[in-house]
Amino acid sequence: MKITLNLNGQEITKDIEPDLLLIDFLRAQGCYSVKRGCDTSNCGLCTVLLNDRPVLSCSVLAVRACNGTVLTLEGLQEEAKPLATFIASQGAEQCGFCNPGFMMNTLALLKEKPNPTDEEIKEFLAGNLCRCSGYEGQLRGIKGYIAYLKEEGNHHESI
Amino acid sequence: MLTINNYVRPKTIEEAHDYAVKPKSVILGGMLWLKMMNREVDYAIDLSDLNLDQIEVKDDEIHIGAMVNLRDLEVNPLLNEYTHGAIKEAMRHIVGVQFRNLATIGGSLFGRFGFSDVLTIFMAMDAYVELYPTGIVPIREFANMKMSKDILVRVIVKKTPLHIVYLSQRNSETDFPILTCAVSHFNNEYYCIIGARPLKAIDFIDENHCFEEGINEDSINNFVNYVIPQLVVGSNLRGSSEYRKKIAKVLIKRAFLQLKKEEA
Repeated sequence: MKITLNLNGQEITKDIEPDLLLIDFLRAQGCYSVKRGCDTSNCGLCTVLLNDRPVLSCSVLAVRACNGTVLTLEGLQEEAKPLATFIASQGAEQCGFCNPGFMMNTLALLKEKPNPTDEEIKEFLAGNLCRCSGYEGQLRGIKGYIAYLKEEGNHHESI
Repeated sequence: MLTINNYVRPKTIEEAHDYAVKPKSVILGGMLWLKMMNREVDYAIDLSDLNLDQIEVKDDEIHIGAMVNLRDLEVNPLLNEYTHGAIKEAMRHIVGVQFRNLATIGGSLFGRFGFSDVLTIFMAMDAYVELYPTGIVPIREFANMKMSKDILVRVIVKKTPLHIVYLSQRNSETDFPILTCAVSHFNNEYYCIIGARPLKAIDFIDENHCFEEGINEDSINNFVNYVIPQLVVGSNLRGSSEYRKKIAKVLIKRAFLQLKKEEA
């Protein structure tokens, strides 16, 4: 069956099988940031934005994205770069396999709540598992990124 | 894995039901549970075109379409105002935001799963499920009905004045619950629902009028002593039946103490 969707800003039309999962569709389109970590809808590594909401791409049929928009980390490079720098500056991750899903969900959180408390950050990101770390470094990195965004905002306002 | 031979998006509930009665057909909810099964289906029926993703007020009722997802329930101001935040408490521990953006109320309830936070909380409300073609059934009755080819169309919550408290116990955040507990007070009746036993949720009503004089340490103990001997719990890798019984006592007590505060 044919589906048309907007993937990272580009309209594409593809012929797919009805049981193709979105994660496999996206990887076939070259979006290798989308990782399969658990296959039990638990780890959050496969997180993408479907119609602006973070979802587990391992658990959605690709056909359900028909006529919708999908954003993966490949399409969010501009926003992701400074966030990644802050997380890396904390030495937060070792293997980095969970990073793309983590970044996607963090960006979704900040879109919904630009000034989250520590508890709100932890709760929103509870479905993103990292098996190398204790999440403390990531939390410091996110807080550093939020402070940077605020400063940038103030800077732009004062110009 | 789930193998789907045909994917259909009916435009009416009648059309959906025509597919649902075919052998080897399945209705898709959020697909979280379904996709983990080894199963081949001829027709995967997607209800996404039936406008069932809305939470609406209809007179004295809140109508929740079957395709409303758990995140929408969690953040819905109307439901949270009505339940004093209990609905949020019941949803927020379920895996993660990305999961809850997909999982639907219809799928969560129709499965009557032995781990369900969703079934537990709705059983503690004056709630009904609208089934097609069977009709409207009280949710506590629905919990005990056999699986059928009905389609769960929506959940109807009567805005009966209520106080409700929801608690769950988990080995770790975002895991399946070891036990869930919802207690409520409406229409002059006290309800206690215990779920994730790991059997489907079960309801207890204060038949012995333990709370006739109100909620206090003694009346809670009397009620716990009435519930616990009847409560059937099982064992799985998350907890033994003995452990679940002990947790049940604690959760029921804590929930009623909190309910007392809510009612004060």
